[in-house]
Amino acid sequence: MGITLPILILAMPFFMFLLLGLGGVKMSRKVAGVLGILGMGTTMTLAYIVAFTYFFSGDAAFIIDGVRQQFQVFDVTWLAFTERLVVKIGFLLDPISAMMLVVITTISFMVHLYSWGYMESERGFQRYYAFLNLFSFSMLGLVVATNIFQMYIFWELVGVSSFLLIGFFYRLPSAVSASKKAFIVTRFADLGFLLGILTLTFFTDTFNFVDMTSNPMNVLAQTGGATFMGASVLTWAMVLIFTGGMGKSAMLPLHIWLPDAMEGPTPVSALIHAATMVVAGVYLVARMFPVYCVVEASMTFITVVGAITAFYAAVVACTQIDIKRVLAFSTISQIAFMMVSLGVARDGMPGGEHYSGLGYMAGMFHLFTHAMFKALLFLGAGALIHAVHSNDYTKMGGLRKYMPITHWTFLIGCLAIAGIPPFSGFFSKDEMLAAMFNNNWIWGAWMTMVAGLTAFYMFRLYFLIFWWEENPNYKHHRPHDAPWQMSLPLIILAAVSVVAGFIPFGELVTWNGVSYHIHLEAPVAVTSIIVALCAIALAAKMYMRKNTLPEKFRKAMPGLWTAAHHRFYWDELYIFITHKIIFGIICSAIAWFDRHVIDATMDGFAKVTQKVSFAIRGLQGGNVQAYVLWYFFGAVALALITWICLL
Amino acid sequence: MNLDILWYLVPSVIMFCCGVYGFVTRKNMIAMLVSLELMLNSADLNFAIFNRFLFPDKMEGMVFTLFAIAIAAAETAVAIAIIINIYRSIGSTEIVETNKMKH
Amino acid sequence: MFGNILIWFVIIPVLMMAGLGVCRNSSMAAIRAVMVIGSTILLALAIWLCVDFLALRGAGVDDEMLFTGSWMWYAPLNIHLAVGVDGISVLMLLLSAVIVFAGTFASWKINPLPKNFFLWFALLSTGVFGFFISIDMFTMFMFYEVALIPMYLLIGVWGTGRKEYSAMKLTLMLMGGSAFLMLGLLGIYWHSAPAGGELTWNILEIARNNAVDPSWQNLLFCFTFVGFGVLGAMFPFHTWSPDGHACAPTAVSMLHAGVLMKLGGYGCFRIAIYLLPAAANELAWIFIILTGISVVYGAFSACVQTDLKYINAYSSVSHCGMVLFALLMLNQTAMTGAILQMLSHGLMTALFFALIGMIYGRTHTRDIREMGGLMQIMPYLGVCYMIAGFASLGLPGLSGFVAEMTIFFGAWEDADMFHRAFVVAATCSIVITAVYILRVVGKLLLGKVHDEHHLQLTDATWFERFSTVTLIVCIAGIGFFPNWINETIQHSFLPIIHALQNAI
Repeated sequence: MGITLPILILAMPFFMFLLLGLGGVKMSRKVAGVLGILGMGTTMTLAYIVAFTYFFSGDAAFIIDGVRQQFQVFDVTWLAFTERLVVKIGFLLDPISAMMLVVITTISFMVHLYSWGYMESERGFQRYYAFLNLFSFSMLGLVVATNIFQMYIFWELVGVSSFLLIGFFYRLPSAVSASKKAFIVTRFADLGFLLGILTLTFFTDTFNFVDMTSNPMNVLAQTGGATFMGASVLTWAMVLIFTGGMGKSAMLPLHIWLPDAMEGPTPVSALIHAATMVVAGVYLVARMFPVYCVVEASMTFITVVGAITAFYAAVVACTQIDIKRVLAFSTISQIAFMMVSLGVARDGMPGGEHYSGLGYMAGMFHLFTHAMFKALLFLGAGALIHAVHSNDYTKMGGLRKYMPITHWTFLIGCLAIAGIPPFSGFFSKDEMLAAMFNNNWIWGAWMTMVAGLTAFYMFRLYFLIFWWEENPNYKHHRPHDAPWQMSLPLIILAAVSVVAGFIPFGELVTWNGVSYHIHLEAPVAVTSIIVALCAIALAAKMYMRKNTLPEKFRKAMPGLWTAAHHRFYWDELYIFITHKIIFGIICSAIAWFDRHVIDATMDGFAKVTQKVSFAIRGLQGGNVQAYVLWYFFGAVALALITWICLL
Repeated sequence: MNLDILWYLVPSVIMFCCGVYGFVTRKNMIAMLVSLELMLNSADLNFAIFNRFLFPDKMEGMVFTLFAIAIAAAETAVAIAIIINIYRSIGSTEIVETNKMKH
Repeated sequence: MFGNILIWFVIIPVLMMAGLGVCRNSSMAAIRAVMVIGSTILLALAIWLCVDFLALRGAGVDDEMLFTGSWMWYAPLNIHLAVGVDGISVLMLLLSAVIVFAGTFASWKINPLPKNFFLWFALLSTGVFGFFISIDMFTMFMFYEVALIPMYLLIGVWGTGRKEYSAMKLTLMLMGGSAFLMLGLLGIYWHSAPAGGELTWNILEIARNNAVDPSWQNLLFCFTFVGFGVLGAMFPFHTWSPDGHACAPTAVSMLHAGVLMKLGGYGCFRIAIYLLPAAANELAWIFIILTGISVVYGAFSACVQTDLKYINAYSSVSHCGMVLFALLMLNQTAMTGAILQMLSHGLMTALFFALIGMIYGRTHTRDIREMGGLMQIMPYLGVCYMIAGFASLGLPGLSGFVAEMTIFFGAWEDADMFHRAFVVAATCSIVITAVYILRVVGKLLLGKVHDEHHLQLTDATWFERFSTVTLIVCIAGIGFFPNWINETIQHSFLPIIHALQNAI
């Protein structure tokens, strides 16, 4: 494959960013919008060509004897730290990066199109498109990274584009603080990522993914069994690297930024905070998967963090009022699902070769399907918000008659995420659960329960929005379906969500490049369908018609409900730590110390000098006679001393 | 010989001390100038004395004394000119009142 | 003598001063003409020097210093005007030229006494350029002093706020530093010919002879490192920086934070570490502790300041602390990172101070509690401020990231617990930096307009745009294409690394 197309995939969005960012002020909205959409459309086409070439051309560079190869299209030196550690910027084509190219460009294009309608009347429309392009550029650069440092570079860039887009409505204080929070929390996580990279590459002497992952045992050997505080250095490195992923993918306890990030425009939430950027953590683990495999402890860590997060987020999602927040927590929960799925996969599983990479494949599969249906749900939520001008479901209800397109597409999204066949979520979720059960039945059971919760809260949301009771405000302001720019992406994504499950994903994306056949695990599938259906039935019973059942539930468990509604007080804890302890105590103390101790000492030197000068200045009063007297005594004293000495 | 030199030196020292005392205690600038001259003259005297008693065959001390007297005269002239000018501007020759430059 | 390109870096500012001397204070156009022509020539000269230097290196000339020249100045003490540059000095000259250029435009409307202002400004740049071209310790020190003295007047006369106090404090503290420095330099001079023969001030000769007696090195190292460290805002000698910067006029802050503080770092490795390598190996740990504190301490202090310039000054303490910290790691990568950080910090702080000056010129306050939502009112300045902020917190694609990463990867090479602990602490500063930068950006630029009077304010004028664009282009240039700079620097560190290794 030539390097033109891959370079264009990266260059196109960056160029559009510069064009719209620098020249946007001079453009009309229409020109900016069309340019942005055309640019992204081109990128999408190019990405499709590249991905399809990779998967289906059968070129020897990409597949040898049925094993898909990792192919570095180009890899140019960017910065040489030392002779050994050289940062390169390159383009790695392998199953997951090709898949991500498709996911990112597709969703990004849909969002570009959708935003044309959604953001039409907003100020800074051109700026918005510029930022979207910056984000797409960064995300594409991240997934095609040939080395971990390139990934870190683009990792930071997606962070900042996320910051810019969350804070897009920069006049709203809430948006500003949400963007700040998102940036700082992920930045904190990136610190771990950086330390992890430092530690890992100190031993491996290379940043390159292929070098590290093609021979993970070698990485283990290179660390030479060094340990730190009871754990091997490699464990530390891999856990620290995963910390970066925890930040971006909003794993507990670094999840707090994601719900607030919903302050950004809804299409942005769909693109960044549902489909692409937040799965960067999953992608990172997948990228380093072979190395993670050799460090048992880090895999356990990933699994545990994922399992706890998945459950936590699902519980919280059941009590949120803001529809975007429900979706945000649902995203956290689903990403945690993928994490667990990756965490339970490893070499040498019982059940033979088939199972060792199943979790990996399933996680990636779910990443793909989730991106589609979650983007669909967010864009649907955007259409709802566009129609009723509120984020709260209390302002909605009974909307199915007014907004049929939104209703049906949203329903498809809900069915997909709930894991009902034949929608895409069912297939990916089934594979994930199978992998978990295969590792340990506890994980399987736990995650099946989370899947049930997922179905429950999604249908709670669905029924509360589209059924329940009609909001009286509709009489004044009749909600209606969104314009075509917004409906078209909904329909396309809904269609993808319906059929994506039938993609032979196992043939395409596996951890070692060897394809295998997905087959349904009947017991697992049946269990999860039954659980999901029960959950949906419960949701329907509680929320389909207006009734007092939800109120009774809330009354029955007031403490739990309030705690979950307040997201178990994580935000309060963080605010306490940052504002009270870091700002209030540490920073203030240091600032005080600086002014009143260090600076005062320096001033003190000056003051002492000044005081002494004042004290002795009387001696130089300008009175010549006094000088003479002093002089005379001095002379006499000297004479005496000389005399004594001479004696 | 030593006794001889003392007969000359003691008056010179007394004269010098009078000069110092006068310079330190008097407030009038003219009086201070007079005291200054006393000290100067006692120093001149010393030059002459030491020259006469220590190096009788040399004349440098005497010559030096003459120079010093000439310079002292010039210096006195300048000093008196300054004092007269001060008197003109502030109407006094008291040393304690010549503090305009301080403030 | 005049055939040497380097000497022109001193002559041109002197000529500028002569040109300004014949202008009158009222003829602003003439003054600007002199300054713009002069600073443009300097910039062109610096670029030319850079290209020439790289071409020579490319052609395989691997002398330690290029464009050398030496002219006897005062024979009894063997003082020469000795000049010469390696890759680092070339970049420093380029940095200084860029900042002088940008500073000229940033003080386009200086008032009162523009002529006198620019006279001192030109004298300051004479000192700065002279310092970077010198390889004779005495002339180096002289130019150092030449650069310091004008600060007093520039801050004392054209400053704002408690300007006399700050000017005095800054000058006295830096003078105190140079007193130490003078002692150190004299000590090196007296030990520069251990085998007998003529004493010398020439850095290259001293280094070549590995002259200074190890028993004296420790003391002299402390003197020189502290002496330069004061200028590099090393904890606990940094307190001149917040007050001084806060009161200084815009262009002076730019030049001071942008270039003058770099003199400290430059001197630290060119004299303290290079000439006293045994002591550097032995005593580095003390200063690692101090500079490590600087890094974290400056960042934490910046978090609670409310004056824009104070925030920036403390952030400079943190970033310049990082420079010295990296130098003390005594390995090539970290030291390269230190130089990158000097360049990066110079450019972005200059940009910061320029922008703060521009904002202050409009709102007449620097207190972030009295401003808000400026992005709506002056979007150009707001965007520039954000870019400067992103550079400061290390966004890839801008200069800060490259510098910090090089430092961290270099520093991580020392595998013992002590170094690691301090490196981890230093890396934490990037998070704290993000906190205070975003705090300022959030309060100052975003959100609602705080003061309705601000709504009438205008966005940047052409000369302000020119000044900021120059700096942003440089920042992004380093951020995007760091490797040529990196290579230029790395090569220049080889003699120093050898000296350090031989001294173990």
